[in-house]
Amino acid sequence: MPNSEPLFRMEGISKRYGGVRALEEADLEVWPGRVHAILGENGAGKSTLIKVMSGVVAPDAGRMLLDGREVSFADPAAANAAGVVCIFQELSLIPDLTVADNIVASSPPKRFGMIDRAAQRRLAEDALRRAGAEDIHPSALVKDLPLSRRQMVEIAKALARKPRILILDEATSALTSNDVIKVFEVLKRLRSEGIALLYISHRMHEIAELADDCTVFRNGRKIATYEAGTKTDSEVVEMMIGREYHHVFPPKSGAKQPSDTPVLEVRNLSWSPRLNDVSLTAHAGEVVGLGGLDGQGQRELLLALFGVLRGTSGQILIDGKPISIKSPRAAKSPGIGMALIPEDRKTEGLMLPMSVRDNLTFAAMSQLSRGGIIDRAAERSAIDEMIRLLAIKTDGTAVPAGSLSGGNQQKLVIAKWLLRRPRIILLNDPTRGIDVGTKQELYQLLRRLADDGAAIILYSTDYDELIGCCDKVLVMYDGAVRRKLTGPEITERALIASALNIDAEVREAAQ
Amino acid sequence: MKEWRFWLSEQRGTLLAVALFVVMFSIYVGNHPAIINKGFTVDTVSNVVQTAANKGSMLAFVAMGQAFVVITAGIDLSVGMIFLLANCLASYLVAGPTALALVGVVGTLAAGALCGAVNGLIVIFGRLQPIVVTIATGGIYYGIALWMRPNPGSSPGFNSDLADAMTGKLFDIVPTSLVILLATVVIIWIPFRRSEVGRAMYATGSSQIAAYMSGMPIRRAKFLAYMFSGIFAAMGGLLLTFTTYSGEALAADGGNYTLFSIAAVVLGGVSLFGGRGSAVGALFGALAFRAIGDLLFVFAIDALWQPLFQGVVLFVAVSIGAARLFRVRNRLDLFG
Repeated sequence: MPNSEPLFRMEGISKRYGGVRALEEADLEVWPGRVHAILGENGAGKSTLIKVMSGVVAPDAGRMLLDGREVSFADPAAANAAGVVCIFQELSLIPDLTVADNIVASSPPKRFGMIDRAAQRRLAEDALRRAGAEDIHPSALVKDLPLSRRQMVEIAKALARKPRILILDEATSALTSNDVIKVFEVLKRLRSEGIALLYISHRMHEIAELADDCTVFRNGRKIATYEAGTKTDSEVVEMMIGREYHHVFPPKSGAKQPSDTPVLEVRNLSWSPRLNDVSLTAHAGEVVGLGGLDGQGQRELLLALFGVLRGTSGQILIDGKPISIKSPRAAKSPGIGMALIPEDRKTEGLMLPMSVRDNLTFAAMSQLSRGGIIDRAAERSAIDEMIRLLAIKTDGTAVPAGSLSGGNQQKLVIAKWLLRRPRIILLNDPTRGIDVGTKQELYQLLRRLADDGAAIILYSTDYDELIGCCDKVLVMYDGAVRRKLTGPEITERALIASALNIDAEVREAAQ
Repeated sequence: MKEWRFWLSEQRGTLLAVALFVVMFSIYVGNHPAIINKGFTVDTVSNVVQTAANKGSMLAFVAMGQAFVVITAGIDLSVGMIFLLANCLASYLVAGPTALALVGVVGTLAAGALCGAVNGLIVIFGRLQPIVVTIATGGIYYGIALWMRPNPGSSPGFNSDLADAMTGKLFDIVPTSLVILLATVVIIWIPFRRSEVGRAMYATGSSQIAAYMSGMPIRRAKFLAYMFSGIFAAMGGLLLTFTTYSGEALAADGGNYTLFSIAAVVLGGVSLFGGRGSAVGALFGALAFRAIGDLLFVFAIDALWQPLFQGVVLFVAVSIGAARLFRVRNRLDLFG
């Protein structure tokens, strides 16, 4: 290591939330010009560690040293001033302000006491260029941008603050693969400029590509720090989950009788300009994957099936009978029996301030009531069953849903729909930002549901997941299904090739 | 997208309010009996505009103040009561020689600032809902106004010269109240909007968490928003005193001004969810609202129809603003 003294050091940092130990005697050293990856399941203490570092929460015990001098941050602004800048997983952008306004939000350039808009524009353009996001217009409103563009603005905003330590908390989880490549170039440049980077991600290959040092956390404690490349993936995963790591994916069983009438059939579904002539079938017991780059119409397809979109054309058949689904309420009705696990659990999936119990039964009220009155006993037993079935870690059913960890929140969203015993389950990237252990449980759950006769449509941005979980995968590009892969055809190479729509070239090369 | 399209989409609400005002006011002026009888001359038009301006600018000030608070995603239900309190206070303080009366004007505005500051401090440090806080403080402010002026009246030395000057015309053509309104926009609103704390006001209304995470001065922004709301309401109250030469704690007036200020803010394109709109929009929203109310007068229809008519026009205007919802193709956008 180039310096003998770390740029930043944490010693014996502890933090409790009520009765829960979020962080226990944690140590960390951050060196300039190196990328330090933090690994661990959700709830392992990573988020708390970052929040302490960036001044969002104050630690109960321990000290932090910057350049060898003890520091404490009263709020995020104080941490920023000291050069510690964090790109949060929950976006810190203000939707009604423009991109440029957001980039300079913490310290806008001023002239005569007013914000100097010309200087602001220059700063914003410069920061966007440094982040490799020249395609974003500085005058656009943030709320009009898609998620992946917003994340790029978030990165540009962090760069504009001239960080000495840059923390990226799942910063790539919303990005398209093109953007990830750009962001990695940016991060490598920053590293060569001597900035210390702290990188949190659940994507192992990203860490393998980027990290110099790694630290693993589990249950609020630091387990180990090691130089990148000195441990195998399965060793790392074992450290993270603290038990032996076997098959991630359960064996596939496939549709029971593929010749049967499919539970769900879609014919020539279009929603101009985002969906073009999409057709698919899903049989009972089948897990159908949707692949492709992010934003190729997969989300719209799921929303269209669930009755959220207006003005679609084409046909949807349930059990071979054409049907028109006009709203989520219609989609979940017993005749159709559809459930959608949405992309954003925090806004579309849960009412965070309301209790776990209330969240669980929202979608299933009609099953649990008699004559419009909720049957308390039936409700309680249904809830207990779900919490047991999905192994949701919660401190009783009366606590707010927002107090659960990300993985458990996602389980809650799924449990809420399972209460209705749906026949068709649509999932929109359900494992985004979720730890390895919970992911594994979800894969097993999906397979079990399929075996019990559900038809499952799974959109995932993680190729491993599509390969491991799905009986067939439809790869989408520009709103249309470009390729259908079944069984052994589902390989990473085929998925990536068809996602990038370079099928023809690949086939030629293979011949 | 071109640069001007971004600008246009940002100013859409304000421009619609201006358009609504121009249409309503043109109908009003075009059918005004004074103009029809005496002809379309500089003098008659200027007189009609003066009357309308004096009446409209009272609501315009209160609405502009309300806009500050609404942009932070709050609401100030005490503006009407601060307006009354200022009216009663000014009926005592705007007295004596002009220099002294001007001190009284400043004192009245300071009282408004104090009322607003109290609202702001309770909302920020008491962490209570703005709607509840301002209902309560509004009651207190009204109580003080009632204690000051249980019956309508004014100080014996009331400086009516100053009052006349403020409600008169500059160079015999431009209504003074309009000039004050314009000056307020140029001297207070525009610099504030372009300041760091002004931007923090929008950011707070749009997403308070994100604003906090970005290290923006949230508290200062909220405090100033409530304080400006108080000052602007007091400004409206002062104009009322200048028009009537007296103070009166009339509860119905206070309630009306509070509700009309919210209507004006909505007409002016300020989002009640916060983060969008401008005080200029609220200003035109208020003037348009007044013009709508006065239309019945020029058509010589019974004044009893005014609330009904005003309500219908307000409903139609708000509906036009919501017309975009019919074009929404993703139902999730209906809730956004």
